Amino acid sequence: MSDDTLNKALFEFLCRMGDNTLVLGHRVSEWCGHAPVLEEDIALANMSLDLIGQTQLWLGLAGELEGAGRSADDLAYLRDAFDFRNLLLVELPNGDFGKTLMRQFLFDGFQSLILTELTRSSNERVKEIALKVKKEVTYHLERSSDLVVRLGDGNEESHRRMQQALNELWPYVGEMFIDEPEDKLLSEAAIAPLPSSLKARWETLMRPYFAQAKLNVPDEGYAHKGGKHGTHSEHLGFILAEMQFLQRAYPGSTW
Amino acid sequence: MSMVQASAVNESEIRQWLEEVPDPEIPVVSLVDLGVIREIKRDGDTWLVNVAPTYSGCPATRIIHDDVRAKLYEKGLRPSDFQVVSVLSPPWSTDWISKSGRQKLADYGIAPPQPSGKPKACPQCGSSDLELVSQFGSTPCKASWRCRSCLEPFDYFKCI
Ligand SMILES: [Zn+2]
Repeated sequence: MSDDTLNKALFEFLCRMGDNTLVLGHRVSEWCGHAPVLEEDIALANMSLDLIGQTQLWLGLAGELEGAGRSADDLAYLRDAFDFRNLLLVELPNGDFGKTLMRQFLFDGFQSLILTELTRSSNERVKEIALKVKKEVTYHLERSSDLVVRLGDGNEESHRRMQQALNELWPYVGEMFIDEPEDKLLSEAAIAPLPSSLKARWETLMRPYFAQAKLNVPDEGYAHKGGKHGTHSEHLGFILAEMQFLQRAYPGSTW
Repeated sequence: MSMVQASAVNESEIRQWLEEVPDPEIPVVSLVDLGVIREIKRDGDTWLVNVAPTYSGCPATRIIHDDVRAKLYEKGLRPSDFQVVSVLSPPWSTDWISKSGRQKLADYGIAPPQPSGKPKACPQCGSSDLELVSQFGSTPCKASWRCRSCLEPFDYFKCI
């Protein structure tokens, strides 16, 4: 395998990592000023900040590796929907507060496992970012799991909403664990794990929380996919229209 | 303002200067107390000041870099004499907050980070009967707690 092939695979992978945190960060930021209580409003805004900060690291490294002079901002603001590599899960509309938290929980579980593997990456730069970000994600998972349990095992209404959220989001979980050709290359080079290798661990990690939350885990079933290749739902276009507006309308503008 | 020669200052002097720079969000502690000022070393004619970011998305990071530059300039170094470098590894941890920094936080009303992951005592009355209000607070590095004894809400510096 040539260095170039591996480099391209790593670029794809870093875009997946960065686009996941970017799109989810943007989604979560939509709660700012709208959350059910002040504390949650502040918490969601801070979560969003963490995610956007992590995006800087992943996309920053992607741009550097690519060597075409693109910064993290260039990648975030000047790519089209088909260039985005995020999971479909993170671009879904927020729904109610419960659904936003359920999506966060499903994602945090996956993220904490992949980051644990990346802290042992053979690529020093990837390892360095993973070590930094893992601390934040561990905290996010603590928060999202705590709230999923409290709401799932709360009153009838909160339970109903959390179960509904899980049912609706479940078909988007499978995409996390699909191996792409790039993943195989990176796993052989000990840079990143095969997503499929995380599935059993994810189940082990998440099931006890679902049980505590008294939520029924849906059957395996159909998995929506395509995000990792740039085939997105209609929702991503609307996110980008808002997020990229300023740079598209006034190219190169700065604060 | 008088200029100083970059070669005439040493590392501990620079570190002392940076002790005068307050954290932009929690000004009772200095950047040195906070543990974000890492290695300070010479690279040819330039002083490299390594700064660790606290949280990836902390909006204060850029201000911290600017404040470090401004302080070195105020002390008489020319902009070409130094470079502020962001270093990710090893990742910043609340263990790096100095003993005096922890005391300053507590005096200010912010409970310092604890290995247990929760505050030890209410910074107002010292009670240990406390409850978590939210895992996040007024800045990315803090959580919101409340004291059940004196009923005061307070910030807790999250442990990472
Ligand atoms: Zn008290």
